[in-house]
Amino acid sequence: MTDRPHLAVIGAGPAGLAATVAAAAHGVRVTLLDSAAQAGGQFYRRPAAELRAHRPQALHHDWRTWERLRDGLDTHVKAGTARHLTDHHIWFVERHPGRFTVHALLGPEQEDPVAVHADAVLLATGGYEKVLPFPGWTLPGVVTAGGAQAMLKGTLAVSGRIAVVAGTGPLLLPVATGLAAAGVEVAALVESADPKAFVRRTLALAAQPGKLAEGARYAAQLARHRVRTLARHTVVEGHGTERLEAVTVAALDGAGHIRPGTGRRIPCDTLAVGHGMLPHTDLAETLGCRLDAMDVHVDDEQRTDVSGVWAAGETTGIGGSALALAEGHIAGRSAAARLRGRAPDPREWAAAARTRTRLREFAAALDSVYAPPAHWTEQVTDDTVVCRCEEVTAGAVREAVAELGAGDVRTAKLLTRAGMGWCQGRMCAPAVAGLAGCELTPSRRPFARPVPLGVLAHEHTHPTERGSS
Amino acid sequence: MSSPLDLAQAHPRPAFTVTLDGREIEALPGQTVAAALWAAGVTSWRTTRAMGRPRGVFCGIGVCFDCLVTVNDRPGQRACLVPVQPGDAIRTQEGTGHDD
Repeated sequence: MTDRPHLAVIGAGPAGLAATVAAAAHGVRVTLLDSAAQAGGQFYRRPAAELRAHRPQALHHDWRTWERLRDGLDTHVKAGTARHLTDHHIWFVERHPGRFTVHALLGPEQEDPVAVHADAVLLATGGYEKVLPFPGWTLPGVVTAGGAQAMLKGTLAVSGRIAVVAGTGPLLLPVATGLAAAGVEVAALVESADPKAFVRRTLALAAQPGKLAEGARYAAQLARHRVRTLARHTVVEGHGTERLEAVTVAALDGAGHIRPGTGRRIPCDTLAVGHGMLPHTDLAETLGCRLDAMDVHVDDEQRTDVSGVWAAGETTGIGGSALALAEGHIAGRSAAARLRGRAPDPREWAAAARTRTRLREFAAALDSVYAPPAHWTEQVTDDTVVCRCEEVTAGAVREAVAELGAGDVRTAKLLTRAGMGWCQGRMCAPAVAGLAGCELTPSRRPFARPVPLGVLAHEHTHPTERGSS
Repeated sequence: MSSPLDLAQAHPRPAFTVTLDGREIEALPGQTVAAALWAAGVTSWRTTRAMGRPRGVFCGIGVCFDCLVTVNDRPGQRACLVPVQPGDAIRTQEGTGHDD
């Protein structure tokens, strides 16, 4: 198999798996690299094998799609046309003339380096959650909605007995129903979107019968678990000293301001909160790929504007797992054809292309419906910590803006240290942008994750793992 | 009352013992450090460098670094990523974890 061209696929979620299966089936050798111990990404995250879960599908929907992807990967691994490198945390993809080196750190400790060489790379790096701050959001017991989901799916763990699920976006539904099914009392699902907005977009949303059925299924599950939904509401504060004890939620008016006098306190030990998703674009950005706003720009074949680099899934724009599957399939087929020296015929993936068009329209419609409160910054008191790593308050950011003239996230960072910590601004950038009154733009991070200095010092002596071309 | 383990029909091998700041807690094979601590009712295991405030899991997927913890004298481990092992000595991380 070593005479086949070699494609490195980064990320083993829906997009990366679909790409791997499609490319391996069409004449290239694929190395699939992922940071987790098992394939699946965030969407198909499964309990660790040692937990010996006999019914992992209880935490998922669309399990059959997962089984198809898993079987496809297994088939190609057995045939030698694909291999799956787990526990590989990619921090940098290096471009040489006509080939690439993928640099990874191994295992959960992420201290030992390894390099994989490939003829082309396909970025399926997924996304992470956007969370906007409010007083009390740093209390233990406040977790991201996706974090609550990941801990539940991956480790069968919950952080308490009574939860509030809050924010905005389609992710809140499976998080609330998942926690409820796992025995957590979900005291409320607090969604800031206005139900009227859904009515205004009825046509675009109703064009997706599968999605309507999915929504109806969640509604039935919420009813069965007696979860009350507070639409056009928002969490204005989390209460507690050493951990979360309650939240105050309040109603929003049509303009997105808090309606005075509507605040009510809900006792809870867990708040799962999220305000949408952001794409992981660090690797693409350092490769020099063009970004459109926050998303990696791709053409109809899912090619970036850098030769030899494809991208698929959330990294090219948040749109969900079904869209990621379609994009991954197209990217894999295109990469396989191009690496074998021929121009692909788009008719080969016509069905996936139709799905892609339809789901991108759906994602755009959802995006216009789900929105954080327009005036969310009004709830952020000056003493609220905005940058969780460097403990920079909203007051400090506001001072940098009002008195020192910071008009963008980068200047605010240089003046306040907001975004300079461990997470490199991934958590606070949307908040700082909101407080500074500017658009959120992609941050430039030379490395996609922290790298030990010793690894950089010995860069020229890194082991290149055997068998890579 | 159901639990996540019941829901997924998980039958892990018997629990083993680890310590949190010297106190013995039980952990299951396959759990991360964070999952074992949550199951023991613990939600914070770090205090911040500047304000000394408690922190635990936030993003749950290794992005935010809020859940840093000291395991077997190695500070700065992400509790949401690191699998728990029999006999682990887990300690609350104060600040960077390098001061003591």
